[in-house]
Amino acid sequence: MAIFKNANKVIDIIEEFFNTIDQGVLVFKEGVSNYLHGNQQAFNNNIATMAKLEADADSLRREIENKLYTHSLMPQLRGDILRLLEEMDDIIDTAKKNLFQFDVEVPNIPAELNQDLILLTDMCVSSVSSVIPAARAYFRTPETVKDQIHRVYFYEKEADKLAEGIKRRVFRQMPSLKLSEKIHLRYFTLHIETVSDSAEKVADLLSIMAVKRTI
Amino acid sequence: MFFFFLTSGLFLGWSLGANDAANVFGTAVGSKMISFRKAAIIASIFVILGAVIQGSGTTETLSQLGSVDAIAGAFTVALSAGFIIFLMTRYLIPVSTSQAIVGAIIGWNLFTGHKTDFSILSKILLTWVSGPVIGAIFSAVIFILFRKLLRRLKLHLVVLDIYIKWGLIIVGAFGAYSLGANNIANVMGVFMSSAPKVVVDLGLFTLSGPQVLFLLGGIAISVGIITFSRNLMNEVGNGIMALSAEAAIVAVLSQAVVLFVFSSTSISELLIGIGLPPIPLVPVSSSQVIVGSIIGIGMVKGVNEIKFKTIRGIIGGWVLTPVLAGLLSFFALFFMKNLFNLNVGSEVEANEIVVPVAAASEQINETGSYINLFWPAFSLSILALFIFIIIYSYKQQKRRLAAERELLEKEKEYNNARKALTESEIKSIHLENAFLHNELEHKRKELVDYALSIVEQKEFFERIYDNLKSIREENKQDIRDEKIRQLEVEIGQRMSFNDKVDDFNIQIEKMHKEFSSRLSIQFPALSENEKRLAILLRLGISSKEMATLLNISPKSVEINRYRLRKRLGLDKGTNLIQFINNI
Repeated sequence: MAIFKNANKVIDIIEEFFNTIDQGVLVFKEGVSNYLHGNQQAFNNNIATMAKLEADADSLRREIENKLYTHSLMPQLRGDILRLLEEMDDIIDTAKKNLFQFDVEVPNIPAELNQDLILLTDMCVSSVSSVIPAARAYFRTPETVKDQIHRVYFYEKEADKLAEGIKRRVFRQMPSLKLSEKIHLRYFTLHIETVSDSAEKVADLLSIMAVKRTI
Repeated sequence: MFFFFLTSGLFLGWSLGANDAANVFGTAVGSKMISFRKAAIIASIFVILGAVIQGSGTTETLSQLGSVDAIAGAFTVALSAGFIIFLMTRYLIPVSTSQAIVGAIIGWNLFTGHKTDFSILSKILLTWVSGPVIGAIFSAVIFILFRKLLRRLKLHLVVLDIYIKWGLIIVGAFGAYSLGANNIANVMGVFMSSAPKVVVDLGLFTLSGPQVLFLLGGIAISVGIITFSRNLMNEVGNGIMALSAEAAIVAVLSQAVVLFVFSSTSISELLIGIGLPPIPLVPVSSSQVIVGSIIGIGMVKGVNEIKFKTIRGIIGGWVLTPVLAGLLSFFALFFMKNLFNLNVGSEVEANEIVVPVAAASEQINETGSYINLFWPAFSLSILALFIFIIIYSYKQQKRRLAAERELLEKEKEYNNARKALTESEIKSIHLENAFLHNELEHKRKELVDYALSIVEQKEFFERIYDNLKSIREENKQDIRDEKIRQLEVEIGQRMSFNDKVDDFNIQIEKMHKEFSSRLSIQFPALSENEKRLAILLRLGISSKEMATLLNISPKSVEINRYRLRKRLGLDKGTNLIQFINNI
């Protein structure tokens, strides 16, 4: 039936959108690590991939939006779903912006901070990786969403703690750095942290949406 | 005259449609799952079907409560009920037509002195109470099963949404059918004793007198749905409880089942057949049942979601409705009788036993004058079909044209884009051609230069050869020395390469014209020599080579480089070549 064909197409696009976000944050993680280890060529490749994934996510989101309206699917939940997709798109946008900032501003990062920054990126990416299954669950088993999003909150908190630790270290234990460098480092820590904040926003939205959908 | 008096019944039907259709399609329309137009069409068709096919059972019960035996009385009773409903609908209170009509009939009983049959009344009141309770139980059970099913199926939200939409349509149609079957008694019950004794043949089926009334009542309800139910649909859909679409299906289904059960003679007979007590066929308030159903769902989910304030308001309306309708009916009958001198019903003494004039079911079977409406009905249907086809094809045509226009515009856009692309391609090919032409010219010039230089070199060497020869042959020492000195000068001049270096500089400046102009804009204080140095640095030429090209010592090149750095304002850490490359 045509109506189910359209529905299946929309489902496929939604899945593809989630996959794109997932890949996006993995590339982000790789990009940060390559920058910290000075692999310029690999980092440039990461930036190119990231830009492509971000553009893909945007166009997929727009396609979903169009399809939902043109086939008048889910009129009651459409608003919520589109907001969810926008918030998720925001994650990949933030990740892309961060990588580009590394490229543009070329922050001078002391090697002793590498490990901490990689760990922070790991936490942020984990928080996003945990929110994606929760978003998928919203569409099929909304009652299980709550069981999945607590991980997001955990990783977000860990990321917060790590970021604070890094900032503390930069300002208190690294007298050799200039104040401008310290402030620069603080911003970059903040930039990475925003990825997990976006994931937390999605989790908040999902928890409300799941309650609305639980019958 | 009969049709004039029937208008109050039709008005009541209209009120019922305006009011009760919201119970069936309220959530579906309120949540925008189904458009109001679609809902109104489906509800109208199924209400008429329910009324005509299954409307007799409940009508009989209502006739037993008070058989209004004069058409003017029936008119007044229906008018009073209709007016009260209209009034309450105006204030967006979902009222019950059943209660209004029962109140009005009791008003008639009181006015004419007929005895109200309390056993029937208690039966009716009991169903009013049991209806919502059964609705609650049904909906709770259906809801639990439905939830289990959904959890097991794990459908994707998009697919589930499609199922729900169709579910709402099917359940809504069933609800409308049950509403027509159960509530037509409220609309046409009081007119039963005045029903025309006719049999109307419509070709495919025949309608008895009461069924003609049911059909008219059904049509009146449909008109009510189409013209006046939109606001209330949104009120019910969004007011009582924030119903999810899944819960709405359950609520409407349970309401439809309750209304169906309370109006189905076949189920009642089936129960009698297996030795169980029959189901009382009573018009139940669909509003009461739907609220019961919603409470049932609320109890399964946890009662927090029910807006008790709205429910209290509705219950208040229910108490108010029969009382107001009864009072209005009583006074209206008084006016009708005394002011217009109309016969509103046979008056009896309080202790007289009244035998109902005629039960509706008996009337349905009774044959009266035969009216053959086959051809009118047939031609009307053909006409309707014809109009439908015209409208449909017109709409299709319009849609097709719109789609074609859109396609055309897209094609135009595509062509424009292609044209722009082609133009830019042509432009780039032109540029490339110009570049290649320049290159060719340059090569040709190089070749000519090379040839000239070979000729010139040949001449030079020939000259030296001749000079050397003449020096060797010269015997005089002083002339010999003079010739050697001249030769030395000639060779020295040749070694300065000045012309070549100038040529090289001109060529380089030509090739790096853009860079040179950028440099002049950004650093206007740079001298020509400094610019040249910058260009050579950009080309990646070493200091030693530069010294040769600029005809200065390598040490001077280093000094020039240092000056250039200062002029460009570079600090110690910045790489000069990288900086120049980035300009």
